[in-house]
Amino acid sequence: MRVVVAEDHFLLRDGLVRLLGAFGHEVVAAVDNGAALLESLLAERPDVAIVDVRLPPDFADEGLRAALAARREVPALPVLLLSQYVEPLYARELLADGAGAVGYVLKDRVTDGAEFVRTIEQVAAGGTVMDPEVVSKLLARKIRDQRLGSLTAREREVLGLLAQGRSNAGVAESLVVTEKAVAKHIGNIFTKLGLYPGESDNRRVLAVLAYLEG
Amino acid sequence: MTAARRPDEQGELGDMKRIRALRRAHHLWWLSVLAMHWTTMVGLAVWTPVPGLLPWAARGMRRLVDRERALAERWSGVTVGAAPAPRTGERERHGVVARYRWLIEDPQRLREWRWVALYSFVAGLVVAVPVGLVGYGLWGVFLACFGWYLSTDAGWDGLWYTAIHVTDVPTGLMAGLLGLVLAQAGVWLAPSMVDRHARFVRTALAPSEQEVMAARIAHLAATRSDAVDTSAAELRRIERDLHDGAQARLVAMGMTLDAAEHRLDKDPEAVRALLAEARASSSAALQELRDLVRGIHPPVLADRGLADAVRSLALLSPLDAEVTVDLPARPEPPVESAVYFAIAETVTNAAKHAEAERLWIDLAHDPERGALRVSVTDDGHGGADPARGSGLAGIERRLATFDGVLAVHSPAGGPTQISMEVPCVLSSPKTTSC
Repeated sequence: MRVVVAEDHFLLRDGLVRLLGAFGHEVVAAVDNGAALLESLLAERPDVAIVDVRLPPDFADEGLRAALAARREVPALPVLLLSQYVEPLYARELLADGAGAVGYVLKDRVTDGAEFVRTIEQVAAGGTVMDPEVVSKLLARKIRDQRLGSLTAREREVLGLLAQGRSNAGVAESLVVTEKAVAKHIGNIFTKLGLYPGESDNRRVLAVLAYLEG
Repeated sequence: MTAARRPDEQGELGDMKRIRALRRAHHLWWLSVLAMHWTTMVGLAVWTPVPGLLPWAARGMRRLVDRERALAERWSGVTVGAAPAPRTGERERHGVVARYRWLIEDPQRLREWRWVALYSFVAGLVVAVPVGLVGYGLWGVFLACFGWYLSTDAGWDGLWYTAIHVTDVPTGLMAGLLGLVLAQAGVWLAPSMVDRHARFVRTALAPSEQEVMAARIAHLAATRSDAVDTSAAELRRIERDLHDGAQARLVAMGMTLDAAEHRLDKDPEAVRALLAEARASSSAALQELRDLVRGIHPPVLADRGLADAVRSLALLSPLDAEVTVDLPARPEPPVESAVYFAIAETVTNAAKHAEAERLWIDLAHDPERGALRVSVTDDGHGGADPARGSGLAGIERRLATFDGVLAVHSPAGGPTQISMEVPCVLSSPKTTSC
């Protein structure tokens, strides 16, 4: 895969480049600020971009804004945001276009190289990966959406795992049920959330978005 | 402090407004009677050793003064500077001399006393002029109708109205005419008398510049020492959290890695377990650092400012929270941070103590007063009291550092509305704003 890396911290940037190299991915650009990121995203059109939320010059949310700007130009450009902390507000902004191919995980996740690379590949393949911490934060909150309220506890659990980017097989594995049962749950979730097949938008993304909106 | 009239009273005064001013003058006249009552009471309290009389009289006096101050503000737009609270408690002294000293020790109390004593005569007369003129004028009109009858058949010989000797119908009508003129003059005078009264209240009651300054210095000293205490406590908490949390975990991690190094050759399986443990420790340390940072300064506040930080609070709140924001730019960072933590605390309170379901957070900047206004309303059971709740008192202290104020409206049974106002200037609008 061709990857763009945006990270202002030299050690982390270097580490990411080496990690990706070790797993056989090619880093086409490694930048350290928001403007350069947007430029290289539009020029390189990578298979996936790994972006730190906080970048120079403002050290605010430059990375997120560059990623959102790039996705307005190139719809569904796969972006994985890395951050020192998770902010549900950012997760929601990232998912708002409903196109999927986004991820938002804590920087800690890079310590598990194999899992991290799997996450990148999922995002590149159009999946949606939210950090378990975002998911658990939102789980702790009361559910406000009527539609979400109608979900059973099991279905909510499945939706939480979908939000973390698990495939049907992955969900089946972590809940210790058959894949067929998972597919059935997911079907029920889509029905209850009013998401019908044949719509152009990614139903899994829309489900996760509904979940984040809560 | 200028006697600025409110816009609706500028220019030509309508008759209705004059009549209203007359009613106000009448009201103020009754207050002057009340003032006479309180002067008598205070005098009595000073001279007689009846227990509890002096504080009671002083309280009554202050209530009257507060009422007058409010009326001056409402009716004439004259703001009478907030008097600094008396330094000594309202306890009773023994002996006449001690009691007099009690009365004059506190400049504010002395002023109040002087004012009630004067008011019963001076201001009473000032506001009595329009009322008296109208009353006398009405008597003239009455004489126009019945003066002739009174002076002849009823036997009221020598009935005089000002300079008119009312003896028959023509003189009666003249008295009526003069009465109308006098009543009209009374009505016409009323507004300016009410305003004059307000100015008198200000002159007599406003604290001197020196006193205001002294009170201001005392306030600043108190809030500064609060701020220093708070930040010292905060630093201690951070130090403790780092020491017991992340730091300890990093040491443990070093030890685990050391153990792994020693077993590298002999027992690779054990090394794998140790390394996994070290990694878990590093995640836990990171997690603790994250929580610590969030407690010091939430990242979203640093990145996006108050509006989005509050939206994020609402998003994570267990309540159904609605946020409305009217901020053209960001406030100064220290104000932003203080207000954020104040809101966070109120939101937590609403969820924890009020058993609320819904929450409305309203953020707005008032450019006229240069203040940031926040209101947090919930539909819980109310009964919040800043005097009892240490949390609310904490917020109050936090805001006081920035000259901000907190108002709690929370009747039993709810709803609770907490309003905050902090003077602040917005920075120039950032291009990155929400």
